[in-house]
Amino acid sequence: MSDFRAMLAGFPYFNISENFFPNLRLQDGRNWAEEFIQNVVIPRLPEAVASHFPVEIGTVLVMFACAGVFVGVVPLLPLVLVLAERKVSARFQNRTGPMRVGPWGILQTLADGVKLIFKEDFIPPQGDKLLFLLAPYIIFACSFAVFAAIPFSEGILVSDFNIGIFYIMAISSVIVMGVIMAGWSSNSKWSLLGSLRSAAQIVSYEIPLGLSILTVVMLVESLSMQEIVASQSNGVFSWLIFRTPFAFIAFFIFFISSIAEVNRTPFDLPEAESEIVAGFHTEYSGMRFALFFIAEYANMFAVSAIAVTLFLGGWEGVLPGYDILGGFPGFVIKSMGLVFLMMWLRWTLPRLRVDQLMNLCWKYFIPIAFFNILGTGIWGLIFPEDTVISTSISCAIIYIGLIAAYKVAGRGLAQRPAPQPNF
Amino acid sequence: METTQQTESKIIELKPFADEMVVNMGPQHPSTHGVLRLELKLDGEVVREAIPHIGYLHRCFEKHSENLSYPQIIPFTDRMDYIAAMNQNWGFCLAVEKLLEMDESKNFEVPERAEYLRVLICELNRIASHLLSFGTYGMDLGAFTPFLYAFRDRERLLLLFEKICGARLTYNYIRIGGVSEIIPMESGSIAEQNFLDEVEAFLDYFEPLIDEYNELLTKNSIFVQRTMGVAVMSAEMALSYGATGPNLRGSGIDWDLRRDEPYSIYDRFDFDVPVAVDVPELGAVVGDCWCRYKIRMDEMKESVRIVRQILAEGLPDGPVMADLKAVRPPKGEIYFRSEAPRGELGFYIVSDGTPKPVRLKGRSPCFSALSALQELSRGLMVADIIAIIGSIDIVMGEVDR
Repeated sequence: MSDFRAMLAGFPYFNISENFFPNLRLQDGRNWAEEFIQNVVIPRLPEAVASHFPVEIGTVLVMFACAGVFVGVVPLLPLVLVLAERKVSARFQNRTGPMRVGPWGILQTLADGVKLIFKEDFIPPQGDKLLFLLAPYIIFACSFAVFAAIPFSEGILVSDFNIGIFYIMAISSVIVMGVIMAGWSSNSKWSLLGSLRSAAQIVSYEIPLGLSILTVVMLVESLSMQEIVASQSNGVFSWLIFRTPFAFIAFFIFFISSIAEVNRTPFDLPEAESEIVAGFHTEYSGMRFALFFIAEYANMFAVSAIAVTLFLGGWEGVLPGYDILGGFPGFVIKSMGLVFLMMWLRWTLPRLRVDQLMNLCWKYFIPIAFFNILGTGIWGLIFPEDTVISTSISCAIIYIGLIAAYKVAGRGLAQRPAPQPNF
Repeated sequence: METTQQTESKIIELKPFADEMVVNMGPQHPSTHGVLRLELKLDGEVVREAIPHIGYLHRCFEKHSENLSYPQIIPFTDRMDYIAAMNQNWGFCLAVEKLLEMDESKNFEVPERAEYLRVLICELNRIASHLLSFGTYGMDLGAFTPFLYAFRDRERLLLLFEKICGARLTYNYIRIGGVSEIIPMESGSIAEQNFLDEVEAFLDYFEPLIDEYNELLTKNSIFVQRTMGVAVMSAEMALSYGATGPNLRGSGIDWDLRRDEPYSIYDRFDFDVPVAVDVPELGAVVGDCWCRYKIRMDEMKESVRIVRQILAEGLPDGPVMADLKAVRPPKGEIYFRSEAPRGELGFYIVSDGTPKPVRLKGRSPCFSALSALQELSRGLMVADIIAIIGSIDIVMGEVDR
């Protein structure tokens, strides 16, 4: 096990950034693309060319290349996730899911994509054409822009802003603009209802989301995603979720709020099929609909990845010094675990009503999130440094809390009547 | 100074409503259970009024019937409540049989074996109908998985029906004076034994699943929150609107025609009639959506009980069809009601002694239950409308006829 890291290092893919893109990260205001040109490209060029090499243009080109890789690779993610959702739901429901296109139906999403491209691009004649055309792109662009700040591993990330998590919050809030635009411009009452539901929901749930992120920021004292990950590098108990009991609560608030943010069951009111047909994208067809669909799944992965980065150690492994569940594969496994949890919830639970949704947010999550911030502050006063003692106390409190929660919430389980015997 | 302030505050108080938005829910809508159209007057998410518009599936069943002989009408009853077509067949046949019995010159009697087969198949059909109701209700409230579980089990029932009458949806199985013999099943034959074995295997498989479904959906806290206390139909209201079946029992009235006005051979079986009670630990009150839904879940268990009793007794020997040359009821009129899965299914027949009825009227339980929707839904939210429609369990084929 000790040479696990060496083994991974021998596998070029995982260390691609270390080998070929030194100092990719933005630190101390340095431009990584420019450094890449200066340190990697220019020394390898012939003398005559190097002296006249346009560094500025090269910098921009490198940035475009990196962005191109992300824009090219990240959309493949929904392709996988859509299939995963269909397969997972099928397993939950005693079905096999898509089986026809490709072995085990793995090409089904591709076939669906092709079908959607060839479908008629319908624009409601009475609608607002410009907004109607623009809305899917806003949603699509925003949900993919989030990926720019997600650190997949030590080197695989587009840019390590010093305000990474703040940027993510800001960008993902813009999605609601696209949703309202889509709903308004469709000239359909169902779309309008759906988009306004969505607006109310996303705006409300952003508050507990932001407040629980603040808990993490208070502990790490940085907004940079990589620094948040770096603070969790001492194995599983240094992960922020176990650092304080408040962070533990914050994780659950964050995760549930992000389910609401990405409009999934039990919070899928904006696209509640049985109530308001398909919500804000009722009138969309063909590729424009596909853009909403892709954005939804990309978003789902993005919030899971953020939750992993903030609370579950990001790409850091479970043991200090070893790459168990660490690095790029570990990060993806952890994120996919949370994605699976979302799917699990979706195929099990019914949907909340609007007022219940708002009650949950304003009456429970926001007060608890504020309490969390207060608690985190006090915790920081008592334990200025993270020590074995503070972590042990935190884990003990979490353990006791879980037992108590089970006793309270599981009371109904114990009192459940025994199944009637067959006669 | 003070008076101006008061008037200002009054103005604010007087304008709590925004503009009203009129939305058509249906006739094409995922959860109006067919082609129901609701004209919703919305104030944001709050429904000020929901006006049901029906008739999109009207096929002139009653007028058609006046031009058909009695046996020819049976396939038309299949198309009324197509979810529980056996029970519709039976309701009509019972009415005609009562009419035939009025003719004292003929000694008309439905054979014992046919009665047993009828009860057996209609109780299975009741399970199939309630299963569909359970599944679609879950889907209406956003839980997709129960729907597929319900269809998985319903499929087994449909295969049983297919075995006994060759059809899966519109059976035309129960005939005037007995049951169809289109697929022969003589008493004591291997075919009969196989069929009964399969029924038993289904019951053994299905009975524990009811508890599983209760765990999955009925007691799910989100489901309970969505349905408890929503659209409470009081006992008086249920009676005044003519709600019957599970909707009436969901309002706390202990009334089931199978027990209180036993027809056929229901008086020979031992079964309970589930009636709604307050469930304080869940917050459900008598008459709300949860209770109406729960009645159906409990009724499935009772149906299983009835079928098990038939299996224990075994089907009696004898013919399955009365010796009936032609269906030519005497002059007269009859109203007969039976307990279909959705409530009291009544048929009013006026006969002038010819092989065709002069007038036929179907009393549809869904129609009466749907009429309560307008009052039930006032002031609730859009999502609640869906919950109500699902809980009163309408089939538009029967509402419109």
